Amino acid sequence: MIINNSPALAPLLLLAAAISIPVLALLSKRLAYLTAIATSLVATAVSVLNLWRVWESGPLRYHFGGWTPPIGIEYVVDPLSAFVALVVNAVALVVLWHAMGLADEEIAGRAVPYYSLVLLLLCGANGMILTGDLFNLYVFLEIFSLACYGLIGIGEKQAAVASFRYLIMGTVGASFYLLGLGFIYIVTGSLNMADLRNILPLVYGNPAITAGLTLIVVGMGIKMAIFPLHGWLPDAYTYAPSTTSALIAPLGTKVAAYVIIRVLFYVFDAGYVSGALPMTDFIAWLAAIGIIYGSVLAIAQNEMKRMLAYSSVAQIGYIGLGIGMANPFGFIGAVLHIVNHAFMKGTLFLVAANLRKNSGHSDIARLDAAYRKKLPWSMAAFTLAALSMIGLPPTAGFFSKWYLALAAVDKGNWVFLAVILVSSLLNAVYFFRILERVYLLPPPAGEKEGEGFPLKSKTGAGLGLGEEKWGLMIPACVLSFCLLLLGIGNAGIVKGVIQRIIPIGM
Amino acid sequence: MIDFILGHYVYWAIIALLIIGLYGMIFKNNLAKKLIGMTIFQVAIIMFYVASASKWAATVPVLDTALGAAEAAKYISPLQHCLMLTAIVVGVATSGVAFALVISIFRTYKTLTESVLLERMKSS
Amino acid sequence: MTAVETYSSILPFYAVAVSLVAVPLILLSARHANLREFWTIAASLVKFGVVFLLLPGVLAGRVAGFTLWEISPGIALALKADPFGVFFALIASGLWILTSVYSIGYVRGLEEHKQTRYFASFAVCLSATMGIAFAANLLTFIIFYETLTIATYPLVIHKETKGAIAAGRKYLIYTLTAGLLLIAATAWTYRITGSLDFKAGGMFGGASFSPEAVTVLFLLFLGGVGVKAAIMPLHSWLPTAMVAPTPVSALLHAVAVVKSGVFGVVRIVGFVFGPELLHRFGLNGLLAILAGATIILASLLAFRQDNLKFRLAYSTVGHLSYIVLGAALLSPASLTGSLLHIANHATMKITLFFCAGAIYVKYHKENVSELDGIGRAMPWTMGAFTLGAIGLAGVPPMNGFVSKWQLGLGSLQAGEIAPLAVLVLSGLLNIGYFAPIVYRAFLKKGAGSRGEASPAMVLPIVVTAVLSVLLGLNPDLFFHFYSMAASISGSILGGSGP
Repeated sequence: MIINNSPALAPLLLLAAAISIPVLALLSKRLAYLTAIATSLVATAVSVLNLWRVWESGPLRYHFGGWTPPIGIEYVVDPLSAFVALVVNAVALVVLWHAMGLADEEIAGRAVPYYSLVLLLLCGANGMILTGDLFNLYVFLEIFSLACYGLIGIGEKQAAVASFRYLIMGTVGASFYLLGLGFIYIVTGSLNMADLRNILPLVYGNPAITAGLTLIVVGMGIKMAIFPLHGWLPDAYTYAPSTTSALIAPLGTKVAAYVIIRVLFYVFDAGYVSGALPMTDFIAWLAAIGIIYGSVLAIAQNEMKRMLAYSSVAQIGYIGLGIGMANPFGFIGAVLHIVNHAFMKGTLFLVAANLRKNSGHSDIARLDAAYRKKLPWSMAAFTLAALSMIGLPPTAGFFSKWYLALAAVDKGNWVFLAVILVSSLLNAVYFFRILERVYLLPPPAGEKEGEGFPLKSKTGAGLGLGEEKWGLMIPACVLSFCLLLLGIGNAGIVKGVIQRIIPIGM
Repeated sequence: MIDFILGHYVYWAIIALLIIGLYGMIFKNNLAKKLIGMTIFQVAIIMFYVASASKWAATVPVLDTALGAAEAAKYISPLQHCLMLTAIVVGVATSGVAFALVISIFRTYKTLTESVLLERMKSS
Repeated sequence: MTAVETYSSILPFYAVAVSLVAVPLILLSARHANLREFWTIAASLVKFGVVFLLLPGVLAGRVAGFTLWEISPGIALALKADPFGVFFALIASGLWILTSVYSIGYVRGLEEHKQTRYFASFAVCLSATMGIAFAANLLTFIIFYETLTIATYPLVIHKETKGAIAAGRKYLIYTLTAGLLLIAATAWTYRITGSLDFKAGGMFGGASFSPEAVTVLFLLFLGGVGVKAAIMPLHSWLPTAMVAPTPVSALLHAVAVVKSGVFGVVRIVGFVFGPELLHRFGLNGLLAILAGATIILASLLAFRQDNLKFRLAYSTVGHLSYIVLGAALLSPASLTGSLLHIANHATMKITLFFCAGAIYVKYHKENVSELDGIGRAMPWTMGAFTLGAIGLAGVPPMNGFVSKWQLGLGSLQAGEIAPLAVLVLSGLLNIGYFAPIVYRAFLKKGAGSRGEASPAMVLPIVVTAVLSVLLGLNPDLFFHFYSMAASISGSILGGSGP
């Protein structure tokens, strides 16, 4: 019985838990933390269940309240949404685990509302991914965004300003989405995605539809931080508390990318948006510029979180490029990069968080080989994630680039191919800068380096906790190890999930 | 032509509100005024939906015993109104979060003027 | 051509995996130096043994294949021990045994730091080299090729001086860019052929090309493998990388890395494009010109180097292009000579590098001008050096003569005189830059101190020198290199085979 309700379980459970955490915290803080982690774990399990059910019996349609669409709201679980939901929940679970070790020190006194907001964010994300109704998507989009604003605003002094700026831009984005949706509704009379798919071909020439689609794409583009709508991202990621960055960076923009994919290729027809309307070409070119822009600016940064933020702009460009090329390999590359980037950025931000916790800063200029001794496993995880970002096989990052390269060749667009490959080199520049410092730069006088790969690290005298805090180290290592697994097993993901769901018309 | 402009007066008004809202968000220096701009922008969109629901010679979507339920065309469309109830709530929540952030900013930097704020942020 | 039979066997996988398994063992035994060294030696012996087990099958025309799993829809991570792969793998794994013994002597003699990282990286490099040798398709090749790049980085920057770090950076820039060119070329190839499996005689089948397209594709591939193969102008990372410890230079930059590069070149020439396609568009002529220019320029540049390792580096650049030239000429003898030179140059060059390292460890001398009288002080070492030097110049009875003779013959078979002239000229230049070293060592008076380096270093030197002589007298000794080279060359030109 409960199994039949599995599409709705994740968002609802997360919502219920989010509301009950402040109440439970009155009893005991520990209980609140445990509830958060347990709910996240259950949500991940439900995602696995959904994916399994989809594999077994095809797409699931869940009608809320028994109302049949297009009047009622429905949740649709198809391979794409089940898979993206699984990735979101899994990464969030690992990051939440990591957060338990940090929350008390970093956001003292506000840890309980923090957990509540995180669960609200996850509720919003799950809802956005699973819903089959465009207005319902707006509602969950706003739930998600508000939770984001709150989570970012908790941080250091400049966090509130960064969050405010994000709020303004994000609300404009969501409002554009709503306006675009309004145009589409007025012309077609329906809000249900599947229903719209049938109705829209009848009204493709209508300028209101074109305007509506453009507004939706621009609105979600702001949320996805495609160049040039990315202005909120660097500040937001840099000044947010470390745990928030680690949560929002892997997930926030990916969910928006998913929405764009959904709207462009499953509500509208892939052939229409790439042929009659040059929407995807536009997205592809902006994304290509964004890739180069993000990579170049990342090289110029001195602080690790800011560097990772610009790097995210570039990586989102890859996803945008995959979407924009609108052919099967591009689609595969985009979806695979959604997954890969979530894990890569998750690892990188978790390591940045560990660095901050350990030494109070994450400035690149102050890194040296002493950090390798203090945080050996974190730096190992960082190295693996860096190799993946650069695109070295057999890590996951290589394969997204491989599929995107195949897509560019298919399309005959050599500029895109060059952009994809050159950006790997740019990535190498800013990552190797850090790796060189951490592994090769001798620390300022006083610290001896020692021999071999330390299995037990020593507590840096007077510099705070070392890697003895397993709760901080293991999540980072888990995420980075998954990069190897994702790389080696990528064909399984592509064939088992993505190729089943390649949009018609590609 | 004139008919077109006059006939769509609601939409022109909404466009004006959108522009005012965007203007406020982008060009105003004070954070609270930016928020006002944002709210105007959101309200404009709400008005858009509500305007799209109206019909000539139709009444509010409350069951009128005289008309009965069969004459659906005589009632204006209730769906947009419902959607906008949700959107209003979303707008309220957004304003709430925004004001919380503004209060936090004021507490830290003692100013809401953006230019002064940027200076204080740089020097801190 | 004898029919080729493919059978499934896990041996190629073991060959790759053996040293990977050794890596955690090495890391765990960081504090027990002898145990750690034991793992290295054991892994190298087992690896060589596994490859040697594949030899009889290959000689009988049977190819062992092993598919790991699908790595991209339609393309599998697959290993195939075809004759060319086994040929390269034998050389690399066999010389690893000797290099490991030599390394132990070297790092202990200098009391180098970070020895664990050194040995662990070596193990990964050799694993990647085996993967390159046995790669059955282009994607597998790329995966192991890139892994080799990353695994060699810690070895290049081993000394962690400013010069070493800068050399490492240069190395990475060159090799990573090359990797990207290779990815672009492979993506293009996949689109044209729908399959990335290596096929002797070319994999493009009947695909039609415009001259511009095929030239660009060829140049992309060449850029991809040519960096590691040190074809000019992509060679400049190689001399700079000489800041690495000598065993690293010896194995990696005379055997594994650069030989992976020329292995890649021959794979591209013989197993991706194929002689027919190259002849049709004149691409082999282009390659021959690049190779010839590299040979002459590198030999000339070697004269100017006073640092012994730099001189050897430029000599390597030149000799690698012998192999490329042989591949470019596309005649039976030239291909045979090219392949033989992969093996012969490896044994001779490694001897020379080992000698340079022994001199450095014992007397801390790096430059040719400091080598007066060193022949009296280290007779065994310098004797081996002399053998290696004359072999590289192409003097019988060294194995260098055999491959050079084949290359010359191949040049005539292809109807070209210029390559023959280049080979002869290069031989003279080789003598020109090696002779002063030998002269100084034996005929000038030195400081007077005597004594060879430790046995761990001298033994491998003697073994490789003797091996070079023996392979010169009987090219088919032990490993049937000559017959394998001839059969590979036949399969490339005949268009059949695995």
